Amino acid sequence: MAIFIDENTRLLVQGITGRDGSFHARQMMEYGTNVVGGVTPGKGGQRFEGPDGKTVPIFNTMEEAVAETGANATVIYVPPAFAADAIMEAADAGVPLIVAITEGIPVLDMTRVYAFVAERGARLVGPNCPGLLSPGKSKVGIMPGQIATPGPVGVVSRSGTLTYEVVYQLTRAGIGQSTCIGIGGDPIIGTSFIDCLAAFEQDPETRAVVLIGEIGGTDEQNAARFIRENMSKPVVGFIAGQTAPPGRRMGHAGAIISGSTGTAAEKMQALEENGIRVARRPIDVVDLIRAVL
Amino acid sequence: MNIHEYQAKEILRSYGVPVPPGEIATTPEEAEAIHRKYGGTVVVKAQVHAGGRGKAGGVKLAKTPEEARAQAERILGMEIKGLTVEKVLVTPAEEIASESYVGVIVDRASKRPVFMVSREGGVDIEEVAARSPEAIRRLTVDPRYGLLPHQAYWLACSLYDDPAQQRACAKILQQLYAAFIDSGCSLAEINPLITTPSGEVKAIDAKMNIDDNELFRRPSIAALRDESAEPPAEIRAREAGLTYIKLDGNIGAVVNGAGLAMATMDLIKYYGGEPANFLDIGGSSNPDKVVNALSIITSDPNVRVILFNIFGGITRCDDVANGIVEATRRIDIRVPLVIRLTGTNEALAVEILERAGFGASTSMDEVVEKAVALASNPPGADS
Repeated sequence: MAIFIDENTRLLVQGITGRDGSFHARQMMEYGTNVVGGVTPGKGGQRFEGPDGKTVPIFNTMEEAVAETGANATVIYVPPAFAADAIMEAADAGVPLIVAITEGIPVLDMTRVYAFVAERGARLVGPNCPGLLSPGKSKVGIMPGQIATPGPVGVVSRSGTLTYEVVYQLTRAGIGQSTCIGIGGDPIIGTSFIDCLAAFEQDPETRAVVLIGEIGGTDEQNAARFIRENMSKPVVGFIAGQTAPPGRRMGHAGAIISGSTGTAAEKMQALEENGIRVARRPIDVVDLIRAVL
Repeated sequence: MNIHEYQAKEILRSYGVPVPPGEIATTPEEAEAIHRKYGGTVVVKAQVHAGGRGKAGGVKLAKTPEEARAQAERILGMEIKGLTVEKVLVTPAEEIASESYVGVIVDRASKRPVFMVSREGGVDIEEVAARSPEAIRRLTVDPRYGLLPHQAYWLACSLYDDPAQQRACAKILQQLYAAFIDSGCSLAEINPLITTPSGEVKAIDAKMNIDDNELFRRPSIAALRDESAEPPAEIRAREAGLTYIKLDGNIGAVVNGAGLAMATMDLIKYYGGEPANFLDIGGSSNPDKVVNALSIITSDPNVRVILFNIFGGITRCDDVANGIVEATRRIDIRVPLVIRLTGTNEALAVEILERAGFGASTSMDEVVEKAVALASNPPGADS
């Protein structure tokens, strides 16, 4: 078991012939992800060459791609100007899991996309996220597969490389992961901490969860309350941005302290008040997790 | 991206919002000439990307051309929250019967645009929200349909009792929403929206924040960027595809990824040091990015040591290593470099660095501790 993706995931790649899309399609295939096809308008009928001589079909539209391949997930690498429509195209085609890697989608576009996707019952992960990795089963997105190993810890994060750092430290300490999921660094994202926590709570393989948050918004505070009220499994937290100045956007579009809300201190306090241990350094996550397993 | 009050007012004016006239002066003489044109009493207002301009002494009345000149002379060049005032807006003073607040933001929680209006105008809306939340009327907009006429009217009715003013305000709210959407804003507000003794409704201050992700498709908005209002190093970084924010400490940091960059700053602080910057070289691993990053960091005279923290995923460690070696050839770097690389092509990277005479570690804590020690005790410093 794992959450959202596993060995039954049949994946399409939107933007499969682009620079990022083609590189990561090959990486995912090498990892063992079941990539069943890709979409690039104008290149329908061609085939995409993966590793070891393996090829997959390319389609013009998502509608056609889903009908031909029976895909149940899609990952989006198309540029920001076209990404909002690509997400909505995937939802229109009935794909239940849509993972948007693209960084730089205008937030007003996302207000419309979010409503559109929700109405069609699809799950959107991201945008501006590294995707998901269920070690040994499936990898959707851009996480480096070799840093993870199968095991009992779920990892959910708003960040990319910081997630890799923590996953890598866990792996080096001999602690494996059920699923690692990056939910994205934008102000409006499809899947929240709470959605992931609820899924980890239901997942028999997951025995503990690491939550990696950062400055901006109130998602970590909401997650803290959710954990106290709804979770039996232990959760360990880490929050980035304790030294971030207010009013400045720290790289991620959503990482900004507005007025007095969204600070790291406020989030750490909310987690601790709800009984969640918070690591001071990324490396401390390892000891805190070991103590609860 | 922030734009100035006068720019926001120009945008709102073009949507039909009643905004009093005004002109920009960059010298006291210009301010004097603008007063001669308008006559009466004018307001001289500092144009900087900072709140609390009034409290800082950046907003002053002037009854005569000479006074306008004197006030502009005092305000131009003044520092407000670390920003130097380069321009003032000179605008006729309005008589005020009442002050309200109207604003629209992209709300993270509801994932939609949300309007907030209040009879308590002219003050910071966050203060009002904290002190008396019941004084604010909120409305969540369905972005697919926009602000509907009855919704605008419902908001306006909470601000005014006079039917003509309610109608005027409803119209302004729809114009504000259209400007908010068309300009790609994350926030647009009129504060205060005033009524005059004769009953007119007018916008006498305005603020718009633009979503950076919108700029690629809105060249006319992107052209409003005032580079004189930004630190030059941050402009250079943006042009080089880097995200750089200058801070007050002495440990320069080059990191890939925003989350890891923040965590690195925090770890510097944890070990007793002070970060000199936030710098994210992003996901791609072009050696030129490393060269640019180093040249920007070394232009900060406070920096006593430079720390690299690279987690190779998409970023290849050998590319970063090549960038470091290349940079030390092109730039005169007089401070020690402390390097941590781990992940994709780590072994190759260590080899490249060792050949060039640099050491590298794979532990984040180890390099941060070392950088903090070097910053407080630089080699060759007098003890």
